[in-house]
Amino acid sequence: MKFRQSPSIGWTLTRQQALLWAWPIVPVIAALLFTAGLLVIFDTSPAVAVQAMYQGAMGEASNRLSVVAFWVPLMLASTGLLVTFRAGLWNIGIEGQIILGAIGASWVALRIDAPAPILIAIELIVAMAAGAIWALFVALLKTRGHVHEIFGGLALNSLAVILTNYLISGPWQPAEGGSFRGTAPFPDKALLPLLSESRFAPLSLLFAMVAFALVVIALRGTFWGLKLKALGKNAYSSFLLGVSSKREIILAMMFCGALAGLGGAVRTLSWFDSLRQSISGGIGFTALLVVMLANYNMWLVPFIALFFSGVLQGGITLQLRTQLHSSLGGILTGVMVLFVLLFSDPRKLGITDTKMVSDHGPPEVRGQPLDPFGRDIPEGD
Amino acid sequence: MRVELQRICKHFGPVKANDGISLLLEEGKIYGLLGENGAGKSTLMKILSGYQPPDSGEILVDGQPVLFDSPATALTSGVGMLYQDPLDMPPFRVIDNYLLGRDNRLPLNYKKAAAELQDLSTRYDFEINVNAFVDTLSMGERQQLELVRQLAGGAEVLILDEPTTGISAEQQKLLFDSMRKLAQEEGKTLILVSHKLDEIQELCTHAFILRQGQLVGESEVPCLNENLVRMMFGQVPAKSERPYFELGEPVLEVENLNAGDYRLKIEDINLSVQAGEVFGLAGLEGSGQRRLIQACAGLIQPNSGRIKLAGEDISGWSYHRRQSAGVAYVAAGRLEEGLVDDLSLTEHLVLAQPEHSFLIDWDGARQEMERRIAHYQIVGRPDSTAGELSGGNQQRLLFALLDSPLKLLLFEHPTRGLDVRSTNYIWDLFYQRREQGTAILFLSADLDEIIERSDRIAVFSGGRMSRIVSANETSVDELGHLIGGQQ
Repeated sequence: MKFRQSPSIGWTLTRQQALLWAWPIVPVIAALLFTAGLLVIFDTSPAVAVQAMYQGAMGEASNRLSVVAFWVPLMLASTGLLVTFRAGLWNIGIEGQIILGAIGASWVALRIDAPAPILIAIELIVAMAAGAIWALFVALLKTRGHVHEIFGGLALNSLAVILTNYLISGPWQPAEGGSFRGTAPFPDKALLPLLSESRFAPLSLLFAMVAFALVVIALRGTFWGLKLKALGKNAYSSFLLGVSSKREIILAMMFCGALAGLGGAVRTLSWFDSLRQSISGGIGFTALLVVMLANYNMWLVPFIALFFSGVLQGGITLQLRTQLHSSLGGILTGVMVLFVLLFSDPRKLGITDTKMVSDHGPPEVRGQPLDPFGRDIPEGD
Repeated sequence: MRVELQRICKHFGPVKANDGISLLLEEGKIYGLLGENGAGKSTLMKILSGYQPPDSGEILVDGQPVLFDSPATALTSGVGMLYQDPLDMPPFRVIDNYLLGRDNRLPLNYKKAAAELQDLSTRYDFEINVNAFVDTLSMGERQQLELVRQLAGGAEVLILDEPTTGISAEQQKLLFDSMRKLAQEEGKTLILVSHKLDEIQELCTHAFILRQGQLVGESEVPCLNENLVRMMFGQVPAKSERPYFELGEPVLEVENLNAGDYRLKIEDINLSVQAGEVFGLAGLEGSGQRRLIQACAGLIQPNSGRIKLAGEDISGWSYHRRQSAGVAYVAAGRLEEGLVDDLSLTEHLVLAQPEHSFLIDWDGARQEMERRIAHYQIVGRPDSTAGELSGGNQQRLLFALLDSPLKLLLFEHPTRGLDVRSTNYIWDLFYQRREQGTAILFLSADLDEIIERSDRIAVFSGGRMSRIVSANETSVDELGHLIGGQQ
């Protein structure tokens, strides 16, 4: 197909503007094409796969409730990450913070006896505290020990998994004997009330919505949010302007850790009914992808999280219908994020709109400094 | 080997770093290259050593034009350079560094290399342990290693950029002896880039003087220091007439201050700045004046000594504590250290204000910023980002963000890169602060500015502070001598 070369410059500019405007869709299409190609290689019709995934996510009421039930903790974790990303922090340790939240809630469920509402309240508070403390370790390693939060976070993720395995096979193993699968189911009163036969607890939806609203307000309207924004963009200038960078790093990490811990509690108290080996199910890493894909646009986060949740749940049905492993959903989301990062800056790929281009550097996620504390102490002279 | 530079030009944006420089370097001589910061010395030497290409102009080696596209090709043609910071790899051993970029075969011939290295170092009386790790060596030893490496690589012309910075007197003597030997006995050409007049006088046979990207003079050395200073800094301007201003009590007192690390230490600093006084710090970049300002701001901790603010010992206070006690610090890099590129002016104002409510009153902040934009004549809107402003307007913004009143204002290069109008405006703002009793301590690379604007002046050279001179009684000439380390 040939485009007619237009004589006027105005038309060329408009075409470029249109291309720039439509740019966010490009990586999504590219990811779909890539995944479709993968399906063809494995002898599966993409149409069949899409239909299976659609059925798995949206087909029946139970499917839709599963998607929402998966969405809630994903949303909690993503909301927390909005805070740390704003401060320029890569909270890879969120996975461990989710697991610690689940462990905290499980500890209360197994060890404390109280009427249901009080018990659940304690579970949630302990879960949030556990997640926040796990994040505090990462923050202290960074501010005191100059260990980058990615490495600290990864190490604490591993420790969280090891701790879970120890608890499941040791002190908290079911009475009928140890297995590596999980603890005995918690008493009913310790679990979040579920909607009919699903794994969805309506109460948890409220947590996610309140958390998201709070974070939007905090980041837009509070002094704390502004400090985090400044810190994320230029830690040293912010320090000189009077922002106590260490304190804000600790607070941002703990805030995120608390929400992640709440997410872990939701996983263990509604999705499951006990502490399981893979309690998080990779929700933390998925949340990182969600926030990266949203690229600082907070309002996109709930929708992207919902889409990811649908794709991942649809992947399970896909496995039942075809020979393909359910990880196809994971592949699709992962590839999508890769393409988004790759295509995030149309200017780098030579598509420019002279009116819009400024020379103030690349967009946000690309421009995220890997170490906002690269220049912690002034070198002087 | 005879090297000729012909009409070398190099621009960085609007700045002419090298503006048609031609010079001739002959065998067996030691040349000195003199000039202020920004005179174009480093640019010229980087061009000669293949680190960067000139915009125009030619390099001739023994009459043949050559094109150096990297330091490696320059070295194959016989031009080597020792950088101020040695380009070695500290976690490696001496022998590994020596082989790096020289022996491209597999496996490496360590035995032969060690013998070579040993041989070369004994020739110049260097003592290098080939198996030592580079990070255990002193600055001087690392320099010796680098020198030997360049010689082994076939350097006939050697450029040494400020080689005596950070090395001991003994090592300096060893270095100078080896340089003389290289020139007189082996016929090599050496270029010493330095701002220390004594070194040039002691070692060199010939000096080139650069100013503002041009070769403004050359001279056989030794010669009168006077002549060199005049060429380096240009004609001595008339002394300024400063309006009399009644100074108040001492606000800042620095007593026996020692600070810094192995790269640069400032030692035994004593000074006091009174309320309403403007105190200027001169010196070439990297001489310690910035360390003093940062020590006063609380950004580096003193190793010993005391800093007092209005009589109170604040030596152990953090930057933020000093900030709330009325100390303000404005760094040289406006967008790197002071402003946040992507934040709006209003957001900056909210961050910089000492009092905060939990929820930001955006409307109020925007109105206040409007007011300050008008007052400080900033060309910009409350919603403009700091990065969109011009340099002069960024400087005005930094002023607009300062608290009022201030006890002490620490300022680095207040007018660097600003045009005359902005410069005068910035100084008017300083004078307003002075009327309020703020003590002002600033550093600048512009000697005229320092003399014209300060009450008193101190000069830094190699981490040491000179005697304090009164601006009314000094001249660019005198400061030039002090910058060169002469008392």
